[in-house]
Amino acid sequence: MKKPNKWLSLAAVLVLFSAGLWVGRMMYKTQSTPPPPPTYFRSPAKSDTAGAAVGVQTPVSRTIIDVRNGEFIQAAVAQAQPGDLIRVYPGTYKETVYIDKENISMQGVILEGKWPTLDGEKELNDAFLYSGNNILIENFKIINYKGNGVMGQAGNNFVIRNNWVIDAGVYGIFPQFGKNGLIEYNILTGIEDAAIYVGMCDNIDVRHNEVFGNVAGIEIENSRHALVENNHCYNNTGGILIFITPGLPIKSCYDVIIRDNFVNDNNHVNFGAPGSLVAGIPQGTGILVMAADQVIIENNIISGNDNAGITITDLDYGANTANDPEVEPNPDRLLILENFMINNGNSPVGELKAIMMTQLSSRGPDIVAVGGGTGSCIANRDRYRTFGLGQWAQCQETTTRAVQTYMLDTPVSPREFSEKERVKMAYYGICSGCHAYKVRMVGPPTLVIQALYQNNPQGIADYIIKPEHKREDFPEMPPQNYLSEDLRLALAEYLLTVKN
Amino acid sequence: MLFPRLLPRILSLQLFLIISIAQVPGSKPIMLAEHCPPGFELTADNRCVSRSLYQQYQSLQNSGVGGLKTGLPRVRDGFSPQQIDLGRYLFFDPVLSRDGSLSCASCHDPELGFSDGLTRSVGIGGAQVSRNAPSLWNVSFLKSFFWDARAKTLEEQMTGPLFAPNEMGTTPELLLAALNGLPEYQRLFAHAFPDRTGKKIKLQEIYTALTAFECSLISLNSRYDHYAHGYHQALTEQEIEGLNVFRSFVARCAECHTPPLFTNQQIAVLGTPEPDGYPLDPGAQTTFDDATMRAGFKIPSLRNISKTAPYMHSGRFTTLRETVEFYNKGRGHAVPQGEDLRLHWHISEPNLSEYELDRLVDFLETLTDETFKPRVPEKLLSGAAPVHASSMRKMGE
Repeated sequence: MKKPNKWLSLAAVLVLFSAGLWVGRMMYKTQSTPPPPPTYFRSPAKSDTAGAAVGVQTPVSRTIIDVRNGEFIQAAVAQAQPGDLIRVYPGTYKETVYIDKENISMQGVILEGKWPTLDGEKELNDAFLYSGNNILIENFKIINYKGNGVMGQAGNNFVIRNNWVIDAGVYGIFPQFGKNGLIEYNILTGIEDAAIYVGMCDNIDVRHNEVFGNVAGIEIENSRHALVENNHCYNNTGGILIFITPGLPIKSCYDVIIRDNFVNDNNHVNFGAPGSLVAGIPQGTGILVMAADQVIIENNIISGNDNAGITITDLDYGANTANDPEVEPNPDRLLILENFMINNGNSPVGELKAIMMTQLSSRGPDIVAVGGGTGSCIANRDRYRTFGLGQWAQCQETTTRAVQTYMLDTPVSPREFSEKERVKMAYYGICSGCHAYKVRMVGPPTLVIQALYQNNPQGIADYIIKPEHKREDFPEMPPQNYLSEDLRLALAEYLLTVKN
Repeated sequence: MLFPRLLPRILSLQLFLIISIAQVPGSKPIMLAEHCPPGFELTADNRCVSRSLYQQYQSLQNSGVGGLKTGLPRVRDGFSPQQIDLGRYLFFDPVLSRDGSLSCASCHDPELGFSDGLTRSVGIGGAQVSRNAPSLWNVSFLKSFFWDARAKTLEEQMTGPLFAPNEMGTTPELLLAALNGLPEYQRLFAHAFPDRTGKKIKLQEIYTALTAFECSLISLNSRYDHYAHGYHQALTEQEIEGLNVFRSFVARCAECHTPPLFTNQQIAVLGTPEPDGYPLDPGAQTTFDDATMRAGFKIPSLRNISKTAPYMHSGRFTTLRETVEFYNKGRGHAVPQGEDLRLHWHISEPNLSEYELDRLVDFLETLTDETFKPRVPEKLLSGAAPVHASSMRKMGE
């Protein structure tokens, strides 16, 4: 009797235990509200809603829209209003998500290691495209796209973090023309160009990311005020690149801090597409600065990069593109401060190999500078094997520690624009195409409309959304349905006051 | 009052009659407009300033390139209504060419997207011009002119076609003599340039008036623009698919044809084919005396692109579909043997599907907006009739 009892009680304990586990998990599940997006994104901002060609101050709605496996994320974006949070639950989503709205937060919900996965199946181009300001994208696994994992076009105040990007095509995370952004805690691999590519942006922090097995790990190109900090860049063809690329509409790259990064063993064979800018990066490149100015390299661990630890070059040496008369091609005023560098240059290739042969060395250097450039300095030069730094000064004791971030204290706000100005832009930018003040154009003169609709702006507003053909001698007006209701009324009121 | 509700209507009818009478051609001497063309607001000091919804947006480093809600590049505006209108008369007047056979509109026809529909334009006496006529829509936002970017201003640009022997074929002397010999031009130049010294028309005044008119050709109200400003129903699903292909990093169209103007105004070496039997056009290599820019051409805006076939600097491609296919056929596939061009890095091999190419064309067609198309003068100041193709067709009807 004792034995079975013992077993029984053990079984009971087990049952209770697993029941407890189950209850606990259920409780955990029911209570597992994902953390809200940072307050940074919750501040009410002036924004444009659908249909409001010209901004109306919209209250922040803060609706949470859940997306679950089998549903489309884009459907949630379509219904979202500025301020909304879209939470995407674990599952596989085969789509391109485009966000042409302001102030939208995309948040993956990771449950017990299961991720919401965007899978492009090597058929789709991009996972996320956004053009709005104040966009958050976090906690997504992004795989098998052909173009980009996340691509931003002219969105300011973005946060892209905690994403896991595997073979997403040309770029992993690529904000372009954006101001004030944060890229952190992402893991990216298998990208055929730059895993993290900051192109023509201002005020960007790139930190705490892990990039490996890409052609380029992190690239800062034609951008200003960028902080690249605490990243782990290994087994790429090149670890960290700071570039001016000629032929782009924004011509400068300066004020970049590369600090506290691990830049190790970036010896991956170059699998960049023929003709791409990165296809020319020598295998074994730790950090590469091309034509950029005021780049400060401080406190990095740079080791095991077989071509060279740090390469500095002008455009003549580095670029394989057409020249750009508007670009200053030399890297100027660089600071190489305290860094820990060992074991670089074990197997130099191409041009550097030839250069080192002339120095009777079969090894590449820790640091090499080729081409033009002035005003640069290096600290503790004697510690490293260098080539081409003869003109470089000894840096005075200094540190970048005072710079905690290059992001802005307050988000970039939309251009200040009074309602009156907006209405005026719409009147002259749209209405004036058919209505001049006192001469006949396509439609009747404004003066005539004023006479017809004295004190009746609502009448005009109603008419322009659904015009009826009134006059034989004029063509029918097309409906102005793309203007928001508020703007239509404001335009009508404005039209009644126009004096010339 | 007896019929208070009728009063506005009677008032408007009267106004209407007055206005209509004023508009009857021939009943009065031609007067230059006192109002600005569409898209402009008249200031107190009689200047026309450009107005568009894009002015509510910014752009990074004021570059005028970016995404949907991005400000435009700096616009050239501030001309008087009279200068703009005088420019309109000049633009359509064949008196500007040596033998009176061509006007500016011959190669920049408003009915053909301010282009001419030819592979390469035809000048005086049927002379062959070397390149395709570019559209004039939105030139007020451009920083350089000609396919090879050799002019920095419109004033500088127009001296090309005016005085080239195979284009309009005139000379500064002939041009001044022709216009100064016409009392109507003398009268209206005096009107458009009230602060001038002397009574003769000057070359600079001709350039200014033509520039003023060209800068009034604004196209920023397409269905794409409605979408960009936030009215997402403006585009069909297929057109949005096309937009997403256009801006994706597979096709990379938007990298050079960057919104809102759909050009980033840079020079790019694409390696497009020349017409059969023609040698490679060196393009910007000549302008900049730089071999790395060989076969480089200025990236054109795509606004109203569906109206300006054929395409590329030599007009080699007849349709938009054929043009987008070029980019899908592989980097350097049409570069002649023996040429080592520094092809642009965005010329890749995107492997777009047939479906995606079709959607790209769908999207490009949403960039059409001709609501501000100017009117061709019914009567030219030289007394000549308009000679550009679309006006001749109209007369024939």
